[in-house]
Amino acid sequence: MLSADNLTLIFRALLAIALGSGGVILIFYALNVLVERLPKVWKDRLLPWVYVGPAAVMLTAFLVLPTIRTVYLSFLDSRSENVVGLKNYVFAFTDPGMLIAFRNNLLWLLLVTGISVGLGLVVAVLVDRVRYEALAKSLIFLPMAISFVGASVIWRFIYAFRPEGSDQIGVLNAIWTALGNEPVGWLVNRGLNNFALMVIMIWLYTGFCMVLLSSAVKGIPKDVIEAARIDGANEWQIFQRVMIPIIMPTITVVSTTIVVMVLKVFDIVYVMTGGNLDTDVIASRMIKEMFNFRNFGRGSAIATILLIAVIPVMVANIRRFRQQELDR
Amino acid sequence: MSMAKTQTPRPPQDYRGDRKVNSKFERFIAKAPVHISVLAIAMLWTLPTLGLLISSFRPSDDLITSGWWTVFINPFEFTQFTLSNYQEVLFNQGMGQAFLNSLVISVPATVMPIAIATFAAYALAWMEFSGRQTLFMMTVGLLVVPLQMTLIPVLRAFNALGLAGTYLAVWLAHSAYGLPLGVYLLRNYIGSLPRDLIEAAAVDGASHLKTFTRVIVPLSMPAIASFAVFQFLWVWNDLLVALVYLGGNQDVAPVTLVLRNIVGDRGQDWYLLTAGAFISMLVPMAVFFALQRYFVRGLLAGSVKG
Repeated sequence: MLSADNLTLIFRALLAIALGSGGVILIFYALNVLVERLPKVWKDRLLPWVYVGPAAVMLTAFLVLPTIRTVYLSFLDSRSENVVGLKNYVFAFTDPGMLIAFRNNLLWLLLVTGISVGLGLVVAVLVDRVRYEALAKSLIFLPMAISFVGASVIWRFIYAFRPEGSDQIGVLNAIWTALGNEPVGWLVNRGLNNFALMVIMIWLYTGFCMVLLSSAVKGIPKDVIEAARIDGANEWQIFQRVMIPIIMPTITVVSTTIVVMVLKVFDIVYVMTGGNLDTDVIASRMIKEMFNFRNFGRGSAIATILLIAVIPVMVANIRRFRQQELDR
Repeated sequence: MSMAKTQTPRPPQDYRGDRKVNSKFERFIAKAPVHISVLAIAMLWTLPTLGLLISSFRPSDDLITSGWWTVFINPFEFTQFTLSNYQEVLFNQGMGQAFLNSLVISVPATVMPIAIATFAAYALAWMEFSGRQTLFMMTVGLLVVPLQMTLIPVLRAFNALGLAGTYLAVWLAHSAYGLPLGVYLLRNYIGSLPRDLIEAAAVDGASHLKTFTRVIVPLSMPAIASFAVFQFLWVWNDLLVALVYLGGNQDVAPVTLVLRNIVGDRGQDWYLLTAGAFISMLVPMAVFFALQRYFVRGLLAGSVKG
């Protein structure tokens, strides 16, 4: 096992890690030393840019310029040679496969956001009242450390299907057949498969919502709740009329974050069903156009639509940041 | 409300309206639904992962004939467990190599953006220069731009430069994609450090670099730790960037890509999938457990990442 080949591999890996990490720090130091030697006027002007420069360059090179270029590419044809105007967008909004993807995305948005946030909120409130709170929260939060691919394997296993008569190996079908039904192909049945995929994302992100909402819930002043209790309100009324209004800002932030993540979801659909059987979503469709059909014009158009969908959130974030800065 | 505080003594917490709930047992019963719900949800959330873990130790024949819960019928029957799945997937299916690749990809892709973002955050927070606010606003805006927007042009650029399929490509890409969040988190944190500390260092004649390394970096460790955990988990678990920029090159494929290929090629070979998935999850879960505190803190501070 510890052959010469493997050792070389490990050595090379360590070298790559050292070079990659050390390289950057070295560059900073070098640039800094250089600029520090300049006369003061130049130094003051240039130094901030030495510090900010690499970040600005990378952001521009990898995020800003490519985004602009993708928007430009969306008006060209599949090989990016001729201008085709809005043809790609027309395709995106009229092709039956795309329309199904849009419908699915809408379902994902409504259900995953609603259930993750709702469940996260309920759990946050409940877990506040038990002593093993930390452990429970850790367990519910743990799926966040798992990759989408890993989660897909886990749930593929749960959804496993064996024909009628043989023993079931997937938990869901085992329970289903134990109740006297025939086994179901959860990933194949077009009425169910989208929901089966959404469950995975809910499983992954309820913990995220729970953590954020839990800290918000803990921030609610105790006297307000006590006062409501003294006035005779029951737990449900306190929840609905007192707690939710107070933590509404956090609920908004959490919901918008989940919305953005749902719009970008690609791995789950790609790994589980490849987008087939009516489960496609916009992000996985984009990858298909790009790599399978090699149509870069359409792929870019789809990506641009995704960007437009996300712009409201971007604007809201910038606004919120401006407000924070004013308060600073 | 303040009148009520001074005039009426506040009743103990076991009053509901005017009904008194006094004994410990009664209080426990009243809380029973809470306990049951919390325990039920916690177990429901753990079950999937547990099922996978147990299954990865079962021989391949058992896996396709019976459910993993059947191991509990005879829990001490050790012959029903095996390590052969791990052996197979590590050495014959490329998971061992993939694990190394993931390390090689994730560590620099975490260290690099930390360095770049911390320098930039310091400048944005404490240095005077024109364009400061605009730059930061641009960073905040970039937090939600979907990766997908950048794939085609960047891939073409990589191909033109001959970088596609190399570690450098994904290091640069992941660093750039992680910068908005890093700059946001660190700039907020560094900006909230006490002004006097920094001015004291300047008065003592320290250059910016000295202030940076001796004062700022040590003080910012919590924020740096949070971002580090975030970025590491995100890079290790990433599939899209690896798929697009590393594509066909199997030598450098990380665990996510290899796992996905196994699902694609051998989707019914559960003995490979369970062990492979668990290998891919081991490191993130360990990092998560050890540094949970920083992860949560980072989440709370930077809850705008999309």
